[in-house]
Parts: sequence; structure tokens; C-alpha cells
Amino acid sequence: MSSDLSEIEKHDDSHPELNAHTDALLPDPGMHEHHWRPTDVDPKAEKRAERQVSAFFGLSAICSVLFVVAYFAIEPGYDGDVWLGFGASNLALGASLGFALLFLGIGVIQWARKLVVDIEHSEDRHPAASSPATREAALTELKAALHESGMARRPFIRNAMIGSAALLGLPAIVMLRDLGETNAQITEAQPYPGAGLEHTVWDAGVRVVRDVVGTPIRPGDLEIGDLVNAEPATIFDGSLHGAPLQIAKSKAATILLRMDPNDIDNDVTRNWSVNGIVAYSKICTHVGCPISLNERTTHHLLCPCHQSTFDLADHGKVIFGPAGRHLPQLPLGVDADGFLVALSDYPEPVGVSYWERNTYDIDEIFDDWSKDHAADAEQYGYKEGGQ
Amino acid sequence: MRLLNRSVGRLSRHRRRPLAGAAVLLVALLSTGGAYAALAPASQAEQEKDNAALVAEGKELFMINCSTCHGSNGEGITTQNGKLYGPSLIGVGAASVDFQVGTGRMPMAQPGAQVEVKDPSFNQDEIDALAAYVASLGPGPAVPEPEQYDPDTFESEEEREAAVALGGQIFLTNCTACHNFTGAGGAMPRGGEAPSILNTDPKHIYQAMLTGPQSMDTFSDGNISPEEKKAVIAYVESMKEQPDYGGFNNGSLGPVTEGIVAWVVGLGVLVAFAFWIAAHTTRTNQTKKGSAK
Repeated sequence: MSSDLSEIEKHDDSHPELNAHTDALLPDPGMHEHHWRPTDVDPKAEKRAERQVSAFFGLSAICSVLFVVAYFAIEPGYDGDVWLGFGASNLALGASLGFALLFLGIGVIQWARKLVVDIEHSEDRHPAASSPATREAALTELKAALHESGMARRPFIRNAMIGSAALLGLPAIVMLRDLGETNAQITEAQPYPGAGLEHTVWDAGVRVVRDVVGTPIRPGDLEIGDLVNAEPATIFDGSLHGAPLQIAKSKAATILLRMDPNDIDNDVTRNWSVNGIVAYSKICTHVGCPISLNERTTHHLLCPCHQSTFDLADHGKVIFGPAGRHLPQLPLGVDADGFLVALSDYPEPVGVSYWERNTYDIDEIFDDWSKDHAADAEQYGYKEGGQ
Repeated sequence: MRLLNRSVGRLSRHRRRPLAGAAVLLVALLSTGGAYAALAPASQAEQEKDNAALVAEGKELFMINCSTCHGSNGEGITTQNGKLYGPSLIGVGAASVDFQVGTGRMPMAQPGAQVEVKDPSFNQDEIDALAAYVASLGPGPAVPEPEQYDPDTFESEEEREAAVALGGQIFLTNCTACHNFTGAGGAMPRGGEAPSILNTDPKHIYQAMLTGPQSMDTFSDGNISPEEKKAVIAYVESMKEQPDYGGFNNGSLGPVTEGIVAWVVGLGVLVAFAFWIAAHTTRTNQTKKGSAK
């Protein structure tokens, strides 16, 4: 063993009997023979390593400077500079910063492995608890502090302090009010058509139009197998602006599908269809992703987020996946000019479930709907058993 | 030029003679008639004959290559347990045949969740013959003309850019759910997939929208108008020219490939590097000068 290794205390004295026992079982093997590194024995190697490490730090510094240069010199974003089919700005910033960090890291590791003193140390573990004397002293001091502060002698002040601290929670709770109006308040106030969780902007006689272009649809426009991403005409007539427009559009998003009328195997779905054309909410009832992955041959609509699958031939019932409720169906009719219209708003809330939301059977929903809307719907060609 | 003027002048001097009108009429009639005979398309009777020959050739190809599954009259075959062996082709139209055979999907190598795309088994003449035969079975969408789908046929750059803007919105609303917002495709239920459309011929994209191949929904002309279809294709074509502004796109499949690259490649390299550092000692058997050993 090398003479310049420092003498290290092998045990502390807390458990002498245990130490004696383990030492008897397993004698301390001591340190391995020490091997030197080239940089320890050869001054030339040491010099070389020194130059190497400082070269890496220098490279890192150059890369950092290049980052700043690239930041100002290269045009970023769309229509920015392009190298090799990549955005030049991203490529240059990423590469320069990455290499700056890499060279810094390599430099530090080289330094530690080649130049920092390389000597074995051993350090024994010591008990986690403090010694009994220290613990005793700490307790005594705590008791003295309790006595001197008068916490025990003046309970009124103490209780007042605890009370005032507890009341600090109130401002935080009161500020929760700024989270916004409750659903009941929004529904009551109706700041714009279809506000609140229960309703959308769809209404009796509102035309079903193609999304993006906003043109109305005649049943004859669609072939069997056609899928249309639709919106209510209200979205495109200029009556809504800003946030209310976006909210209305997102809640009213609808998919329109024309299938062979003989494929429909639910009476309610048939009642609300026109010549095999059915309309459903585009918002998944699980966590509200917009869905239009339809398989034409099976009429199964798949949500890409969590694979909930709905059968559009059978009132949008869930046939796979985590969704808890069927997809709401929009009752369809035809107006005097021959365009597809809604017979009413969605008969049940669209989108994800919420506290006060009840789940009803499709037949119950249909009975409620018939009472309120069936008579009005006749002007749009509605009759039970399909149109 | 002067010579020409002189002769025109000489002619012009005779223009009021009694026979001049009759002569002009004769020349006009002869030239229009001659030009019509030379330039007009083949007569209807001839066309019908050509078409009949094409249909006959198509029928022969159909009987050999398609009728096993689609029936000898294209009526489709249903197995005894009620499963569809091959669907009816009556009314699917020439566009459907041109797409299915032109992309190599048909004839199908084997039934399964996904019809494989492969090199076409027929040349374009044979595909045209097959399409003519299937179109003769019932009315259906015809093969589109290049000006209907080819983004190079826009009259001006402004018109093309306006189409790309409109087509982008229609694409993002109607197509991205299955084909991914970059057109890279995605997974569908029960082992199926929506294919990437980035290497698809514009004609085939148009026909796919028109006919709804396999499990894809139809986007007929009453759903997305022909002009809007061309705009969608113009957008898809414009996406191919987009550089990767954000760096490597990793197949444009979203967070899955990004995560795999970050965890496997990124972390893997770091871990391997750390092992490599720790596995190599810097020590040697050389001894310090003046040391005991």
C-alpha cells in the first residue's frame, strides 16, 4: 500500500461488540495495490491531457458563440432558410447547443479521469441517529423555547394566531369563484344561442351544411357510403363571432352518413333518418375527441384517442372501448326547399359526461323527444317509422 | 408583304361582281366541311364499335382474372354462411376499376384485414378494357380527365395557391382523421390501416375520393365538389414540397415515433456512452519514478 494514502478511521465507537464480531468473521482485506495513470507518471502525458481538456472547453465555447450567430443570422419559421430539406434555423440552433453541451461534458469527464488526483479512499458508514447526548440537548432547548415564548401560559394569543392562520385559507377558496360561471348560470343567462352543457346551436329547421364551405345539402347529393363533416348553417350566417362562434362550432360538430336504409337496425335511428342518412355528434362521449374515422362497410365509428367504437346503424351504441354512453343522434328532416335540416337540437347533451348528467335509455330519450318535438317536426317531413 | 397587298387588292376589286358571293360561299362550305372531316372525332358508329371491342376484351380479362370472386357477370359472390366473398361490381364504375387495378390492389393476393398495394398486374390498355367492361354493367363514376385532378393544370399560380388554401381546410376536416394531418396514414380497427397518400398518383387520390375503396367512406361529387377535390389534391401535392422545418419528421406519425426516438435512441446512446466511460480504465502498469515499486 502506498504510504501517501491517508489513514482513515475504520470504525466509530458506537457498537464495539458488533465491530469485533464482524472483524473476526471477515478480516479487513485492505486496499488493492494502487496503479498509476500515464498522466501521473509521465509529465508529457499530463501536458497532453491538459491541452486536450482545454481544447474541448474551447470547442464548447465556439459552439455557444455559433448558437448566438445562428440565432440572429438565420431566418426561422415557415418560408425561412432551408438546408438539406430541414429548417436551417432549428438545425443550426439544435446542433450548436447540443455540441456546446457535449464538448463541455467530454471536457469535464476527461479532466476528472486524467488529471484530478486519483487515490482510493474508504469511508465507513456511521449510524443515522445522533448520539444520545445531542438528542437530550435538543429536547432541552425545545422545552426552554416553549417556556420562554409563553405558548403554554398565554393560550388566548396562541389560539388567536392559529385562528388567523386558518382564515388565510378563505381568500384562496373565495377566488375559486373566478373559475367562471356555473353551468346552471350559463344555461339560465343564455349569453349566446346554445350556451351551456345541455344544448347546442342546433334547432328545429336549422339547415345541415358542409363544414368549411358552408353549403346546404340535399339528400340526393349523397350516395350510399358518403360521409360528410357537417355544421349547422348558423355557424356560417355571420350571426356569431369570436369565442361564442368557436364554442358553438365545436359543440355542434356533426357527421352525416348515408347508408343503405336496410342496414339501420334500430327504430329510433330509423325515425331520425332521411333515406338512410343519419347524423351523429362528432364529439366522443369519453373525453371529447372529434371523431370521423368511419368504416364504410361496417358503419363503425372509431375514436382515435382511446379506440371507443360506436355503431352508427344502431343509435351510436358503444361496441368497444372506454366510452360510457352512446353517441347522441341528431334528428333529421327536409325543409320546403329540399335541404336537410335538424328537427330539433340534439335530444341529449353532446360531449363528455359531467356531474349532473343522467344516462337514459335511447327509447326513453325518444319518448321525451316525441312529446316535445314530433308535432313540430311534421312540417319537415317527419313521421315515425322513417322518411 | 407588298406582293400580298397587291394580290389582295386585285381580289378586292372583283368583290362586287355577281358571281363573287356564290364563289365565297362555295369556298367557305368546302373549307368547313373539309376541316370537319379532317378534325372531327371518329363517328359515333365507329366509337361504339371501338367501345364494343374494348368491352369484349375487358370481359375476356375479367372472366380469367376477376370472376372467381366477383362472379362471372360481376354480380358478386356470397358464401354459404352469408359472408361476402367478392362484392358486386355493378354500378361501381370505371373509376373504381382504374383505382383498384391501377394501384395493384386488385387482383387481390389473399383476403385479409388490409388489401395490399403492389405493382399493377395489368398495363394501362388492359386496365382500360377492364374498366370499360365493368362500366358496361351499370352506370358509375367514369375515369376523371387530367384537368379534373392534375394540380399542374391550374391556369395561374394564384389560382393554385387559392386552391391549396381551400383544399387544406377540406383535407384537415375530412381526411386527417384517418390519413394523418401530413397524409402519412394511420391504424384502423381490426388490423386495417389507412394508407399513406404521399406517394399516391393524383388520379388515384381523385378516384379514391370518388369511389370510396375498401373501408374508406365515399366523398362523391355531391359531398365534395370536383373543384374541391382538385383543391384537396393540390394541397396534398403542396405538402410533398414542404421542407421539414422542425427537423427530422420520424415518419410524421406523431408522439409514438418521437417518443421511441427520444427513449431508445437518445437515452440509449447516453447509457451506452456512460457504460463505455466506466468500462475503460485510464490506469496503466507504469510506475512512478522513484517509487518503491
